[in-house]
Amino acid sequence: MACLFFALLLSLFVLYSASGQDITRIYAQGFNVLAALGAMWLAANISPLNLERAARPLYILGMLLLIAVALFGTISHGARRWLNLGFMQIQPSELMRIAVPMMLAWYFASREGKSSASNFVIGSLLLAFPVALIMKQPDLGTSLLIASSGFYVLFLAGLSWRFLLVASASLLALMPVFWSLLHDYQRKRIEILFDPTQDPLGAGYHTIQAIIAIGSGGSAGKGWLNGTQTQLDFLPERTTDFIFAVFSEEFGFLGNMLLLTLFSLIIARGLVIASQAQNTFSRLLAGSITLNFFSYAFVNMGMVSGILPVVGVPLPLISYGGTSLVTLYLGFGILMSIHTHKKLVAT
Amino acid sequence: MVAELKNYIHEQYYFRLRLGVAGLIVLSLFTLLAFRFYYLQILHYDHYQTLAENNRISLVPTIPNRGLILDKNGVVLAHNFFVYTLEITPSKVKNLDSTIAELGQLIEVSSQDKKRFKKFREQSHSFESAPIRTHLNEIEAAKFAVNHFRFPGVEIKSRLFRHYPLGKLGSHMVGYIGRINDKDIENLKKDGVYSNYKGSDHIGKSGLEQFYEQQLHGVTGFQQVEIDADGHAVRVLSSNAPIPGDNLILSADSKLQEIAETAFGERRGALVAINPKTGEVLTYVSQPTFNPNLFVDGIDSENWKLLNESLDKPLINRPLRGIYPPGSTFKPFVALAGLEAGKRNPPFSIQDGGFFTLAGSSHRYRDWKPSGHGMVDMQKAITVSCDTFFYGLAMELGIERLTSFVSHFGFGRKSDLDIKGEIGGLLPTPEWKKRRYKQPWYPGETVIVGIGQGYTLVTPLQLAQATAILANNGVAMKPHLVTKIQNGLTGKQVDIQAIVQDRVELNPENMAIVKRGMVDVTLPGGTAASVGANAPYSIAAKTGTAQVIGIKQNEKYNEHGMNERHLDHALFIAFAPAEDPTIAVAVIVENGRHGGSTAGPIARKVMDYYLLGKMPAIEPSAVAAPVPASATGTATITEEELHD
Repeated sequence: MACLFFALLLSLFVLYSASGQDITRIYAQGFNVLAALGAMWLAANISPLNLERAARPLYILGMLLLIAVALFGTISHGARRWLNLGFMQIQPSELMRIAVPMMLAWYFASREGKSSASNFVIGSLLLAFPVALIMKQPDLGTSLLIASSGFYVLFLAGLSWRFLLVASASLLALMPVFWSLLHDYQRKRIEILFDPTQDPLGAGYHTIQAIIAIGSGGSAGKGWLNGTQTQLDFLPERTTDFIFAVFSEEFGFLGNMLLLTLFSLIIARGLVIASQAQNTFSRLLAGSITLNFFSYAFVNMGMVSGILPVVGVPLPLISYGGTSLVTLYLGFGILMSIHTHKKLVAT
Repeated sequence: MVAELKNYIHEQYYFRLRLGVAGLIVLSLFTLLAFRFYYLQILHYDHYQTLAENNRISLVPTIPNRGLILDKNGVVLAHNFFVYTLEITPSKVKNLDSTIAELGQLIEVSSQDKKRFKKFREQSHSFESAPIRTHLNEIEAAKFAVNHFRFPGVEIKSRLFRHYPLGKLGSHMVGYIGRINDKDIENLKKDGVYSNYKGSDHIGKSGLEQFYEQQLHGVTGFQQVEIDADGHAVRVLSSNAPIPGDNLILSADSKLQEIAETAFGERRGALVAINPKTGEVLTYVSQPTFNPNLFVDGIDSENWKLLNESLDKPLINRPLRGIYPPGSTFKPFVALAGLEAGKRNPPFSIQDGGFFTLAGSSHRYRDWKPSGHGMVDMQKAITVSCDTFFYGLAMELGIERLTSFVSHFGFGRKSDLDIKGEIGGLLPTPEWKKRRYKQPWYPGETVIVGIGQGYTLVTPLQLAQATAILANNGVAMKPHLVTKIQNGLTGKQVDIQAIVQDRVELNPENMAIVKRGMVDVTLPGGTAASVGANAPYSIAAKTGTAQVIGIKQNEKYNEHGMNERHLDHALFIAFAPAEDPTIAVAVIVENGRHGGSTAGPIARKVMDYYLLGKMPAIEPSAVAAPVPASATGTATITEEELHD
């Protein structure tokens, strides 16, 4: 858990630089962190048993909210992601990031030992509905990550290797169909991934500037607050999705290795917790949460360094933003709870 | 229980196996990322480092101060000062009309400003800023600065403005600068100097401003600045100071210019005075003139219409581009051609009966004096401007010999003044006519070339230059307005050397005859006797008249009751002091009728001031206003003066 706190501290430093040394941003993020830590503490104190019980209502609530978003959601930047409750705005897809793996973990735990094909069909459907709703918003990044978190549960629950092989083969075969379903801007992003120079001042700008930032960081970086790409505004969205470019520019290859090590340690710890967990629900949930953390980290660093298309995914622990941070720490809280309750369940 | 436990262990084994697989995937993907970082940050560090540097470092041009234009006494004719302009970048403004309307509530924006802005917008790209208001005063600038946040895309710029303190005076000579347009850019690129114009938005458009553009502009400096993605300068890394343009010092004298222009009054015309020994242009008048300050930041359409559509054509650079038949001012040159060819040398004289006829033709080439001038020799022929004498001489010389001789005086070719746009005039030859009209040359056409009529056309500058060459005994000095170029940085002056353009060997005896004839023109009995009256120096001169509309064979030219613009042009050439000339003048007064009475007095004032430093006496409207038709019979003007 020391790794977590180190990452937290790192996040604040990088954010300070990325926001143009705007201390109010730090306060805001500090508040977010406190809220997230609160959520973590809360989650850590809920026993896995209770979590298991909460899985169904939470999933149903999330689905209802998602449907509400689809019907009455607020449109901003061409996407319908937020639900205005009058006193506050919420993004139900964030809730689903926790609710979906919980639901699937519950489902497979309740069908313990009977890993029949029908279970996986029902599990897939439980996963497909929220993913489809979020994809419709449209929020490709989140929907894919929720899909992957669900997939992790399916995988850990013992999805047959043969099925996996067939599924990935058919996925490849379905690529063209999937392509035709994408929005224009999403297609553009993927096209530009393969050739960012296609539109250097438009959609390719983000990637090009980010790669320049990373590349110019060199082995040891330009030093904190000295990233020219960052400080001179060339990097867009540098406090949120592209914060990794800031980090990379200012701390260089060594910094990146440190961050990768940090992430690896966190993931390793998560996997150990999962392997030590005493019941199926906790096991599946812990594994999914940990692997999902990995997904976020990999997808974000991949897109910023130009090997994955640009999807709106924040870098876990580092990016600015309240909701995603709270969800993330909620996940860590659950991991802690699973860890502390392993003996209790066992006895 | 055991089976359950076994099952449990079995299940946990499978779970751990899968976790291990997942861990391996995580590890391999992270390794992939690590390789990507290695590729970007270690292998291609130099490449991206360069890109980042290019991103943040920008060269910002610093515009050099444009050189000044000074007259020979150091009076400023063109200088620069800073003004605030309010500029709009159309692409950054959402609603242009409402923005302008809101600006109008804050500071005054006249309809002329709006029109000019509209014109600019049409001519420039939307991402270039165009001025909506110029010459903001401090209060207006402050008012806008306070409200700046309300107007994105609108900015106050402080820029160096060209100003012509003497306004209309000598505007055709000094010229003006204007905004660089696409054609200018094309020319700059062709000349390979476009890079020196980065940041400049003005360029010389006419007059000296245009001709000496390269010297006046200076060398643009550059600042290496660190910029952010919006292009705002964050800090200066290094700078390379601009080199200010050179100052021009003219041979012209603004006082003399003023005297000459005032002497024209409301009349249209041109006057050029040249120092025959050096080619320095002393005065360069084109009347009417215009205010060059109107053009500096784009003339508004109303003023443009006013200037462009005026019947007086103030925008025409008359000395350079106004073409007129030389009339009788051509005679001294024809006379010299005759004398040098061995024709009409003393004691040759003719009995003038008032007309000339070609052999085998009944057509009468009339003298301006119906009764004729009696016995006329060469000297008298010049003095009284005897047409009959020159008809015969031209005929005898033949058109080829005549034109080839007078071409040494600059007729028919450009005089190469340091202002662009000169027209070469026309010295007609049979080949020219064949080319132009596909018709043969008729002898009668040679006859009238003898008195400067027919196809012959000259510009006032050519006429002045021809007079200067005559005054300088056949040595043509290249005419020029700028005598010194002063380095804008060091103040060091470089003199423009006098250049001999052409030289024709003339027999001093022949020159003496022509000069005597021309001196007599300004003495009692000459066609410009009143011009020479009371002059403490001797003036050699020749009057001339150029027909605006043709007169039929049996018609009499009747100046009374004619449209004023159809009246003859008055011409006058002179040099003084006749023995050792330091000034040669050519004057054309459009529709001024008589060279001696309208053009001559203007030349006299110029010569008086130049030679004596004498200011012209304030006189009754004699010249200041067009001469009323009834004034032609003034007692002091003789019959000789009324004609040329």
